[in-house]
Amino acid sequence: MKQYLLAVQDDESAPPPSEEDFRDNLARTGKVTAEMRSAGAWVFVGGLMPSHATTVVRPHNGTITMTDGPFAETKEQLGGFWVIQCDDLDQALAWAEKCALACGNPIEVRPFNIIPGD
Amino acid sequence: MDLDSVYRAEYGRCVATLTRLLGDIGLAEEAVQDAFAVAVQKWGDTLPPNPGAWIVTTARNRAIDHLRRESTRDARHAQALLLRQPDEPQEVGPVRDDELRMIFTCCHTSLSPLAQTALTLRLIGGLEVGEIARAYLAPEATVSQRILRAKKKIRDAGIPYRVPEAAELPDRLPPVLTVLYLVFNEGYTSTSGELVRTDLCLEAVRLARSLAELMPDEPEVIGLLALLLLTEARRPARVGPSGELVVLAEQDRSLWNRDLIAEGHELVRQCLRRAQPGPYQLQAAINAVHTDGPATDWTQVLALYDQLLRHSPTPIVALNRAVAVAEVHGPAQALAAIDELDLPGYHLLPATRADLLTRLGRTADAIAAYDEAIALATNDTERTFLETRRARLARPQPGPASR
Repeated sequence: MKQYLLAVQDDESAPPPSEEDFRDNLARTGKVTAEMRSAGAWVFVGGLMPSHATTVVRPHNGTITMTDGPFAETKEQLGGFWVIQCDDLDQALAWAEKCALACGNPIEVRPFNIIPGD
Repeated sequence: MDLDSVYRAEYGRCVATLTRLLGDIGLAEEAVQDAFAVAVQKWGDTLPPNPGAWIVTTARNRAIDHLRRESTRDARHAQALLLRQPDEPQEVGPVRDDELRMIFTCCHTSLSPLAQTALTLRLIGGLEVGEIARAYLAPEATVSQRILRAKKKIRDAGIPYRVPEAAELPDRLPPVLTVLYLVFNEGYTSTSGELVRTDLCLEAVRLARSLAELMPDEPEVIGLLALLLLTEARRPARVGPSGELVVLAEQDRSLWNRDLIAEGHELVRQCLRRAQPGPYQLQAAINAVHTDGPATDWTQVLALYDQLLRHSPTPIVALNRAVAVAEVHGPAQALAAIDELDLPGYHLLPATRADLLTRLGRTADAIAAYDEAIALATNDTERTFLETRRARLARPQPGPASR
């Protein structure tokens, strides 16, 4: 069994969705998550606050510096993600297609390298 | 048959089978290369009765030895896979389905189109990186990098090694067709040395036949097979007695393979009845016109090229269409049609221009265009052909008295 990160790419320069759109979106993505659970593919899911709430903690010669904001100041930011488990990339891509259609955003599919207990 | 031809013929098939047995392309390639290294020492002048089976069995045994000494996760995984294989007969030969699996893995939609083709030419066609670079008009280092990266992605992203199900085929098929087309092309006018690499042509035809058996309801699969058959049918007439290139108009049509032409025409008729034209079916139809009757009906060819150009508006199609324009409307119109084409490094553009300029009597311009084409041509036979044409121009034209 492999694990994949399905990362939602959020365009923060776009106007925020209306309350109603936001609720519809949650309902659709929630349905995909429920489907993942019953298929035994679900590991984790979460939606993130926008990048204004981000802090980067950086090590430097044994001390720490902190900066306000995300790693990279680009308009595309990580908006949320699923972690799924399945046999191969084809299955992961099939889930990613459902996620992309449900949330209306691009999804980056990335395999895990290290899985605890594997 | 010597070791080199065995390598050419069996490398791709053996890697495909070993990939199924080991679950990893990199390990499979290493094992097959190891087995060929053993073959160099053991075979001497007498080949085993079934060289492919010998290579697969030896590669499998070498891989088992190798994996027993390794303790990485990949090695454990591969070993587990090997142990799970059902009891196979001692002499395991390459399996036909493995090649189809390998093609669909190499042409997976999550790989870039260029990576798909490079990988398939390397792993299925057994082409060297330099040959692939020419097929792409790309630098060798770029191609080598692309193949390496694609193999790593297949392994790390978990691209499965299987033939897609029916519902997936519409998405998964087009890249496979492109790749087979390119393999055939590389065989038909190979990168260097002799003009034709028969093995690659036959390999592409063989794989196209397998695909057509697997997907008889896909019109473009049938179109591709028809195109390859009708082109392959003319191969015996394409090289003259002293190895020189013979152009279509001057070919001895009695040398064409009638069986392949009949088969190709029948497939084109099937496509016409289906009436779902696509680029491969249109090219097949063009070649059906070329191989129908004692001479080509150029008006029909031009009409088909017009249709093809609407389907695939690429500079190469425009260049080929210009050849038909010259026959129907004359060389001046054809020259105007290719004037603004951008095909850097592609010798057939200046070669076509040179031919059109010759026909217009613009000798000095034609010679300059031939020089450009000769400098770009990498195939010896094609270069000789261009040099012969150029030499005819450099000499004063013989008058009627000398004929």
